[in-house]
Amino acid sequence: MSHTADDLRTDAQAGPLTTDGLVQLLDPDGNRVPHPQYDERVAHLDADALRALYRDMVLVRRFDVEATALQRQGELALFAQALGQEAAQVGSGRALAAQDHVFPSYREHGVAHTRGVELTDVLRLFRGVDHGGWDPTAHGFHLYTLVIGSHALHATGYAMGVQRDGAVGTGDPQRDTAVVAYFGDGATSQGDVSEGLVFAAVNQAPVVFFCQNNQWAISEPTTLQARVPIADRAPGFGIPSVRVDGNDVLASYAVTAEALERARSGGGPTFIEAFTYRMGAHTTSDDPSRYRPAEQEEYWRRRDPIDRLRAHLEQTRELPQEFVDALAAEADALGEHIRTTVRAMGRPSPASMFEHVYATPHSVVDAERAWFQQYEASFLEGHGQHGEGSAR
Amino acid sequence: MTTTTEQATGQTTPKAAAPELTGTQRLTFAKAINLGLRRALADDPTTLLMGEDIGRLGGVFRVTDGLHAEFGSARVVDTPLAESGIVGTAIGLAMRGYRPVCEIQFDGFIFPAFDQITTQLAKMHYRSRGRLTLPVVIRVPYGGGIGAVEHHSESPEVLFAHTAGLRVVSPSSPAQAYSMIQEAIASPDPVLFFEPKGRYWEKGDVDLDATPADGLDGARVVRPGTDVTLVAYGPTVQTALKAAEAAAAEGTSIEVVDLRAISPLDTATVAESVRRTGRCVVVHEAPVLYGTGGEVAARITEECFFHLQAPVLRVGGFHAPYPVAKIEHDYLPSLDRVLDAVDRALTF
Repeated sequence: MSHTADDLRTDAQAGPLTTDGLVQLLDPDGNRVPHPQYDERVAHLDADALRALYRDMVLVRRFDVEATALQRQGELALFAQALGQEAAQVGSGRALAAQDHVFPSYREHGVAHTRGVELTDVLRLFRGVDHGGWDPTAHGFHLYTLVIGSHALHATGYAMGVQRDGAVGTGDPQRDTAVVAYFGDGATSQGDVSEGLVFAAVNQAPVVFFCQNNQWAISEPTTLQARVPIADRAPGFGIPSVRVDGNDVLASYAVTAEALERARSGGGPTFIEAFTYRMGAHTTSDDPSRYRPAEQEEYWRRRDPIDRLRAHLEQTRELPQEFVDALAAEADALGEHIRTTVRAMGRPSPASMFEHVYATPHSVVDAERAWFQQYEASFLEGHGQHGEGSAR
Repeated sequence: MTTTTEQATGQTTPKAAAPELTGTQRLTFAKAINLGLRRALADDPTTLLMGEDIGRLGGVFRVTDGLHAEFGSARVVDTPLAESGIVGTAIGLAMRGYRPVCEIQFDGFIFPAFDQITTQLAKMHYRSRGRLTLPVVIRVPYGGGIGAVEHHSESPEVLFAHTAGLRVVSPSSPAQAYSMIQEAIASPDPVLFFEPKGRYWEKGDVDLDATPADGLDGARVVRPGTDVTLVAYGPTVQTALKAAEAAAAEGTSIEVVDLRAISPLDTATVAESVRRTGRCVVVHEAPVLYGTGGEVAARITEECFFHLQAPVLRVGGFHAPYPVAKIEHDYLPSLDRVLDAVDRALTF
């Protein structure tokens, strides 16, 4: 394969991959870049807060590495890495309030971490022992959605419920509530995302549409989803939008904080496009070498969001060795915890497939479960005649 | 409702309620559903109606007539014209603690919402291991016989009954409609509520003071008989009753079973009947191929094979798109076709 400079420098392209208008507070070398509109949004973030963001990203990265290794060892059926998108996810996630509600796609491990979801619970889905894995109401973090874009509507409907509860525009920071839908560039081609934008706009619902444009929908580049920057669509719906450097954790935090404030105060929805890069494969079943050049991956590896914040903290001499060492030990412990916990996740009982199909008894499910249990038992007991009247 | 939300969404405030109807009244099917919805709205402030033209217009069939004026536009919600959006936002509202009742304007327009219904609504309780319940009702005026244009006369109920996690019901009379719509709204499970639109203007006695107690599942024998069991639901129950009437004049005793629900399918009630009659005919407007009749036939054959005097027969739509209005009555299971099937069952 031969590649033009444009192939490598996707961020320099026009159209949906342009870097025009990206809000940036940290440049790729970690230098703090002043921004007249967003500086105030991060002014309160002291060195401890920045180190906390750094810690979040490092732990989520470690989670990614461990989960990928577990998949390669056959312990997980599949895994979808968040690799490269930690800043967009942690920055936006840390801008949320406890009462806010998140509707993620399936790669939002960084957001899950900020919502207090036990990361090993995320792996229940990928191990094949659960379709969900955590209590969505306890964390304000809904289950992963695999049907691309479907949850943009759930988020909007949830936000319409928030409006009906009077939990918008009261001025009470403990009460006013925002909802965030996370999805990718590919999802923006789905009708449900557009319908979500319509419903959110006409209802002025307190919802933030957070699109991580990671430039790849499995093998399809964003140029197959759009001709113009994806954020440019939102104003056509009557929704303000902003493009942010998604590899900049501070900028991701700042634009999300602004959008959340608009939502909570009754100002309606916002569309955020976080421009980032899927550094890994779509999932462990994918092979990016078939459709994108290694040079492009290398280009973005040099723009790693974690390296950027580390460079900044080193420049400002706010990353003492004791912190680095303690974090490394914490990451090692997390890795050990993940390996141990995942390997201990046992196979559910076969009859559990009948549980929770309905909230109330359903005679067909009950009959099939009864038949199945009798059938299973017949192997143990050495008998099991099923005559007229069996459910199967 | 807060002032903020009303301002934000341009919602109107409720007006004075219409005079209360009580006792047993002779009502149309549509009015019975209307009053069932009204009672649910009045009894539970989390109940919402959502759909296209259901507000000031009262719905294209006027089933929600007067409810917007009484309960306001925050609870009787005219939505954008997008069925997936209606069901998808209803799912979100349900997660927030509301009980949305969606109206899909016509059967043939439900398909943009098919994904939300089958991949999301049906599975959320299951995939959350019971942590989330989605008490969403989707009302679907369905079936033919009204002389409509394409996509306005279809019977897609089996497509939903095939999906675990959904309850699929269809009332057959105004009294059933009044109670079943309230039970559907009260159910913690998602319910597809198929309303036989061709029967909307037929009248029946409805006890408006009765507390709904029949449940959403369980077939019922609506006319006892001894020679043939005629199984129907929704719009074809009236057809079956007329067939029984006609057959009685010729000395044949038909037992009519109203399934009420096709998910769950109550085979036990049908089997109990067939063990007595030995013959079974199933009638529905939906196409016969892969339909409810096929499922009933298979289950009855399993349950009471040695009681059957004839194969279970099916009367329903053909494997052709719903035809143009001028010939729709040749497609629908008419009284004559039902009686023909009864004769075939008797002479097998």
